Amino acid sequence: MTLLTMAEIVKVFPGVRALDGVDLSVEAGEVHCLLGQNGAGKSTLIKVLAGAHQPDEGVIEIDGEAVSFPNPVSATKRGIATIYQELDLVDGLSVTENIFLGHEKSSGGFVHRREMQAEARKLLEQLGHAEIPVGREVWRLSAAGKQIVSMARALSHDARLIVMDEPSAVLAADEVANLFRVIRGLTGRGVAVLYISHRLEEIREIGDRVTVLKDGRTVATGLPAKTTATVDLVSSMTGRRVEFAFPERPDAGSHDSEPEVLVVDGLTLDGSFSDVSFSVRAGEIVGLAGLVGSGRSEILETVYGARRPTSGQVRFGDKLMRAGSVTASVRQGMGLAPEERKSQALLLHDSVARNVSLASLRRFAKFGWMNRNRELAEAQEKTDALELRPSDISRTVSKLSGGNQQKAVLARWLLRGCKLLLLDEPTRGVDVGARAELYAVIRELADSGVAVVLVSSEVPEVLGLADRVLVLREGRVVFEADARELDEHRVLDLVMEAV
Amino acid sequence: MTEQVVVADPPPTRRGFSMRRMKDVQNLGLVAVLVLLAIAGTVTKPDQFLSTDNLILVLTLASIVGVITVGMTFVIIGGGIDLSVGAVVALSTVWATTKATQSYGIGGIIFCALAVGVGCGLVSGLLIAYGKLVAFIATIAMLASARGLAIQLSQGKTQVVNFQNQGLVDLGYKKSYILGIPPLVIIFVIVAILGWIVLNRTTFGRRTFAIGGNPEAARLAGINVKQHTLLLYVLSGLCCGIASVMLVILTSSGTSANGNLYELDAIAAVIIGGTLLSGGRGSLVGSVLGVLVFTLISVLFTLNNLPTAVQQIAKGAIIVVAVLVQRRASNERTSS
Repeated sequence: MTLLTMAEIVKVFPGVRALDGVDLSVEAGEVHCLLGQNGAGKSTLIKVLAGAHQPDEGVIEIDGEAVSFPNPVSATKRGIATIYQELDLVDGLSVTENIFLGHEKSSGGFVHRREMQAEARKLLEQLGHAEIPVGREVWRLSAAGKQIVSMARALSHDARLIVMDEPSAVLAADEVANLFRVIRGLTGRGVAVLYISHRLEEIREIGDRVTVLKDGRTVATGLPAKTTATVDLVSSMTGRRVEFAFPERPDAGSHDSEPEVLVVDGLTLDGSFSDVSFSVRAGEIVGLAGLVGSGRSEILETVYGARRPTSGQVRFGDKLMRAGSVTASVRQGMGLAPEERKSQALLLHDSVARNVSLASLRRFAKFGWMNRNRELAEAQEKTDALELRPSDISRTVSKLSGGNQQKAVLARWLLRGCKLLLLDEPTRGVDVGARAELYAVIRELADSGVAVVLVSSEVPEVLGLADRVLVLREGRVVFEADARELDEHRVLDLVMEAV
Repeated sequence: MTEQVVVADPPPTRRGFSMRRMKDVQNLGLVAVLVLLAIAGTVTKPDQFLSTDNLILVLTLASIVGVITVGMTFVIIGGGIDLSVGAVVALSTVWATTKATQSYGIGGIIFCALAVGVGCGLVSGLLIAYGKLVAFIATIAMLASARGLAIQLSQGKTQVVNFQNQGLVDLGYKKSYILGIPPLVIIFVIVAILGWIVLNRTTFGRRTFAIGGNPEAARLAGINVKQHTLLLYVLSGLCCGIASVMLVILTSSGTSANGNLYELDAIAAVIIGGTLLSGGRGSLVGSVLGVLVFTLISVLFTLNNLPTAVQQIAKGAIIVVAVLVQRRASNERTSS
């Protein structure tokens, strides 16, 4: 019996069509897997389903009846519970209080503690985890325990469809096995699970059917999870996407005579990555390919000094870098365009000009006194060079499109004049059309002698832009090769499954 | 022809202009409130309110909290808060007026007041920036201990400035007025102007906005956020030290009861001046206007023999209204 049908869902954010016609149908009692690369629209889709976003077009039906979810409560009422990756539990409250958060059993303002505790115990028992003490504060539980509590909360709402966003990302192997047992228990009672994961082997084990998203569209739906060939899944995830115009790349080996700008040796950060070694030459673009959680961003941030490594060294130019000092890194000539542009890179209230000059304030100052005309003139010069639009740099940076915000960040480092640029997902949230421009800018920077390290979940981007590619899986470099010798399928295979 | 001129005019300039206008409107609002209060004063007590003596009293009263407000503006724009200012003033005035300090003469008194202020700011700043204490907690701890130390040091007594240092106290008398303006007011004006320059024209000011607006972005752009945070509290402490000297001049004494609730007055002035309590945006001109508004209210109520209780209620209401109006303005800005 079809429990949920979503048809032709469209969701537009300023500058991006995050969902562009998604179809999905989930049967009662099945584990339906949602597969797609980063930016394919999975998160947006589950937010639409949870009532956190409202779709601009499309129909959602439950039991064949059209519904709309203007807010999260309305989705919960129709039996849809979402368990986000960052579990939204209140750490300071007990297990029981979390399970009944927002729908406490009470009369006259007084909660019925015993009744709720008994009920909570029953729910945990149903999930096979009667051992979790219902009175314990949630922060004392492990990640796996919190997940169980989240599921108990979902059940307390009589959820008929539980959406799980990468539940295994925070779990160890034996905990994953346990999670699967719980999921099977749920589906046995007719509850449907929408399971989102990057890991193909999990989808094979737990899934019934698979829907694949790419670029905000459904490209395949209802594929049998157990029997569909890996190559088919992978190719539908990547397919032939919009042809990006990648800038021309110098011949292989043309950087061999350039000096090594960055040498990373045996860099380890416990819990994130271990024994990572690589080097980047002047003018070279080195791409790091890997999934979320493979340690890509952490490696960049550690090289940059924003995190302190457990062991290993970073040599920059002829200097050994002091661990954990961003100020020193910037002074020596490193620049970072971080993954979360809005929260990590931009002063959203401030003008483009002030954002661009942020890393070079000293340059415009004599004894601390800023020469604002020179600041504006030079910031304008750099943003013009990058063709940032609109060209008026007195505008507030939050009003720019994603691509132009990224250009503002690049202009910051262009103005600073750095020797090594670390780019973390430079085209995330950037329109397809604007990407080509960014690619050209990045290549131009490299051609001018800047060494570039590029992190991206989009394999074609890494392959098209980088000179050399390092493939990461679970915090380790598993493969390194010239980008010209690799193709997308090969890299995806390396990224996703043990070889 | 006219049409061409319109086309040639780039829309961006208009945008920049309207941004600036928004900021002006906010300050204009405060100016309007000031004018209203002045009119109210003139109408209710025409002879007393408009007298030069009264105006000078208004400004002198405003000056001491005003200097503290300048430091507070920096701290709040930088994303912090300093609840210890009143207590630090108490400690500074007490320490600066002990027998031992006074024996070093006027220079000793001034140096001691400034050093105590800076020292307290340094301790708070270290705790916040490097000890990772929340500013609220660190400065409330400083509030408690500085006040306690002041009581301990003075043994609860009022320490009068002795005859040998009379020259300092004389600065508060009419004979020291420069062109009819008290030196205390001049100090405030100088501090406010310097503060405005530092905030708006130097790298220090720019970094203050940056770490208040987005500390992570500032850090990743290579700004030493910890060091700068420390400096902000030191600056606030320095302002407290200056205010303490002014208070000693005005009262010719030091006591542990000094500076009571100055933190509230200063924070309130900063907030109604349009600075975001969450940091990253703010204006020193607004803070100064905020101080003037509060002072004028006090004077007005005192002249009309209204109880201080009513005065407090009025202040509370003004804070709420000011913040509501500002939020409206900033919402309009973001949605436009």
